[in-house]
Amino acid sequence: MHRFANPSRFLRIAKPLTPALFWPGLLLVLGACFWGLTQAPPERLQGDTVKIIFVHVPAAWLGMAGWTGIAIASIVQLVWRHPLAGISARAIAVPGALFAAICLITGSIWGKPAWGTWWVWDGRLTSMLVLFFLYLGYIALANASSEKGNVSRVAAVFGIIGAVNIPIINRSVVWWESQHQKASITLGGSAISDAYLWPLFAAAIGFSLLFGAIVLMRMRAALAEIRIEARMRRIAEN
Amino acid sequence: MKQKHQRLILVMVALVALIGAALLAASALREEASYFYTPATLAKAKVEPGKAIRLGGMVQNGSIKRAADGVTVSFIVQDRDAVQTVSYTGITPDLFVEGSGVVADGKLDKGGVFVAESLLAKHDENYVPRELKDIDMSAAEHTKDTLAK
Repeated sequence: MHRFANPSRFLRIAKPLTPALFWPGLLLVLGACFWGLTQAPPERLQGDTVKIIFVHVPAAWLGMAGWTGIAIASIVQLVWRHPLAGISARAIAVPGALFAAICLITGSIWGKPAWGTWWVWDGRLTSMLVLFFLYLGYIALANASSEKGNVSRVAAVFGIIGAVNIPIINRSVVWWESQHQKASITLGGSAISDAYLWPLFAAAIGFSLLFGAIVLMRMRAALAEIRIEARMRRIAEN
Repeated sequence: MKQKHQRLILVMVALVALIGAALLAASALREEASYFYTPATLAKAKVEPGKAIRLGGMVQNGSIKRAADGVTVSFIVQDRDAVQTVSYTGITPDLFVEGSGVVADGKLDKGGVFVAESLLAKHDENYVPRELKDIDMSAAEHTKDTLAK
């Protein structure tokens, strides 16, 4: 893993990888959403409202995957002092927060016609809102306490503590069975008809690729900033 | 022992302790979170008319009746042991159908009818196109605890 500790070696790989993730990701997302909107049949009870699923569910998955990534990167930062770990955690935070927000907004839009309410303080909805606030807290903390592109240890500790919320979100529909339905897709199989399942998977893969591309872009920007700062300092010293 | 390993063990212990604490708190909350009355608990609780309460249960098959004004609907909510008549005036959610789960905010009137001010419908985890709705979903593992009797 420390092979990539050298930023220029990382950049050599990250630079061509960014468009290789971004363009197929964008294509998959647009294709899946277009197919889902025009070709997927209306659902037996909800009609066309069901099509929000193609954005809502991938956004929820990525919001949770993002914090899992932050937690792993934080552990790597604290234990192995890997120089890129903090930078990658910080790069994940903004798209993670964005996808959590998309999940909450699309969920609310879906909830009004389907459930009859924009919002309820249900276990799943509340824990997802907490995740969004955790992201905002992490971003603020990392910005306030870090310098030279490196993330402070306080932010890393916060990233690990916040991970407690991830299994809570996952289990919330089982523990507090109130408004949100239980998981449709589990290790045992899926309760979603194939007509929705395939565009959903395509959209999920597409959004994941986009997420990866955004993280790489932000990491490259952070590394570039560090370089600029170092160069400026050298110029100032001469 | 290398310092790196010490740090790894420290982080792991902290993580396990945190998750354990959160799980304990969650399971304690679970006992407390009484979200609504079911018809059976409502019958036992002797709630006085006019007191704001929340009722949850399944919409009984064949019980939905729409009034002539087009916006008032009356139906029966049931659980395993009891039934409760509910009336509601307003737009019903898409997922409000016979056999589906429903949560209503409102109060009992003097005649024992639950007058709902808001109506929330619950979705189960199945997503099925309209053309396929007649196939038997009850065989699916997922549906077994959410399908109405």
